[in-house]
Amino acid sequence: MNHILDIKNISLYYRNKLILEDISFAVGAGEFFVIIGPNGAGKTSLLKILAGLVNNDRGTVLVRGKNISDYTRRSLSQVLAIVPQQIEVGFPFSVAETVIMGRTPHLGILGLEGKEDFDIARQAMEFTDVAHLADRKLHQLSGGELQRAIIARAICQQPAIILLDEPTTALDPAHQLKIMDLMEKFRREHGTTIIMVSHDLNLASMYGDRLLLLKEGRVVKSGAPGSVLNKALLEESYGCQMQVDESPVGQVARVTPIPAKYLHVHDK
Amino acid sequence: MRTNITLTTLLLTIVLILSGIIGVSAGSSGMHFRETISILAGSGDPESMTATIIWQIRLPRVLLAAAVGGTLALGGLVFQALLRNPLAEPYILGISGGSAIGAILAMLIGLSYFPGVALFSFAGSLLVLFFVTILAGTTLGNTMLSRDSLLLSGVMMNAFCAAVIMFLISMTRSFQVQHILYWLMGDLASMQKNHLPILFMVIPCFAVIFILARPMNLLLLGRETAAAMGINVKSTVLLLLVINSLMVSIIVSLSGLVGFVGLVIPHIFRLTLGPDHRLLVPACILGGGSYLIICDLLARILPSSGEMPVGIITALVGAPLFIMLLLRRST
Repeated sequence: MNHILDIKNISLYYRNKLILEDISFAVGAGEFFVIIGPNGAGKTSLLKILAGLVNNDRGTVLVRGKNISDYTRRSLSQVLAIVPQQIEVGFPFSVAETVIMGRTPHLGILGLEGKEDFDIARQAMEFTDVAHLADRKLHQLSGGELQRAIIARAICQQPAIILLDEPTTALDPAHQLKIMDLMEKFRREHGTTIIMVSHDLNLASMYGDRLLLLKEGRVVKSGAPGSVLNKALLEESYGCQMQVDESPVGQVARVTPIPAKYLHVHDK
Repeated sequence: MRTNITLTTLLLTIVLILSGIIGVSAGSSGMHFRETISILAGSGDPESMTATIIWQIRLPRVLLAAAVGGTLALGGLVFQALLRNPLAEPYILGISGGSAIGAILAMLIGLSYFPGVALFSFAGSLLVLFFVTILAGTTLGNTMLSRDSLLLSGVMMNAFCAAVIMFLISMTRSFQVQHILYWLMGDLASMQKNHLPILFMVIPCFAVIFILARPMNLLLLGRETAAAMGINVKSTVLLLLVINSLMVSIIVSLSGLVGFVGLVIPHIFRLTLGPDHRLLVPACILGGGSYLIICDLLARILPSSGEMPVGIITALVGAPLFIMLLLRRST
């Protein structure tokens, strides 16, 4: 299989505290890969290592077969874009200004954009349906619009890999689907690899080609959604009762965490 | 974007040239507009009294005002972006304190204003820059340029320096105190023609900062976001920090601590032009220059005898102007 990312035995410590230990997995080109796991499992740290924003203490990360530490910041950003969990909106940049910032790794020393760059930015905005908001300031956008603007910026970078850190967490169901469908469509059309951190097990199940389940900095299981979304594994990892069955809308696993007050019903 | 930058730059250049001509024409003897232009153009009697005043005194002084205003406004802009703090100004990392101690020491040993005081003040600010980077570096290990540790070490540095300055002033005989106070408030009166080459040293700094204008935009979005879009954050921040501090130190050594320009001019342009540094960098250089030329003119002609330190005018005019803009914007 053609791997675009190869993660071999990486570990990360922060002030002698273990964050990630001995993580290995590979992501194929064009795959939709979802990292799941409870809070504090190290998902975001792992994503930051993949983005080259944090250096791992042990092990290697190969991007397109080349060690990530051999990339310059600029050349890595031509391959890899990240949609962060928290987005700074304190400075009044417009949507158009924000999106075209994605061209940075492709520009010359003065950083002036040409016509081609503006075309790419416009297409990105049209793709994520924010073109009509081009002149709006970031802080005037709703959560879904803001997320789509930031995704447009990532697309504008023309990367081979897009990393997303919980892109749907603060959104209503319709906007969650809109974001996920956008990513899926983009991947189909461009062959871009999508790696996403998510708390939503059902979205992971429906969109992911493969999942990686982390707990306390270690890999519990990786593989097809059906094999990772296993009742025993999930209950052990998240520490609550779960029901796993087949979703009525498609042949994918559906996960339902069970509240305490329904536990007796579930037992019967 | 290109056209925006060109237009703004062109417009503000015209403003700067106009303020320059007004600044050169006016003085305690009144305003001589036509005569000045003909002298500047090379016609008229080069030996005349007015020609001498213009070439030897007023023009160097207007050039100093332009350089000081432009540098301080740009310095404030860069620190506001680097520290992501709207209260940042060019002196915030302690440059003012260090240079003031140097300058006052030089005055106390009785050195001449140039080169003695200027050199001592420059050395003082370099010393502070050195300490601040070391301090910020050691407090947080590998996140060496964390903006909060930088900001805090700068504030501490200034507080410490203020104490030393107060001590020095308290030990000073009264006739020297006025010199020191004038220097602390910023004073362009000591400018002479042969200091001019020093001013040109800030121009390469302007160029470097303009090249880094786009990375500065990205830094506003946070260091990780900037890094994720291909900016080498550490070297960019370090380069900006050093270049900016150097340029401010050069200027301060000639003008003393002209206050408020570096705080208010970046905010005025951010309110009117938006947050893009590719516009703001040239705007602050040109606009800051024009602003200080006009303030210096007022400082020269308003008092019935002598002149007052320009630092008084900058805040006296700037603060109401800024509040007015802020109010107009929020309605």
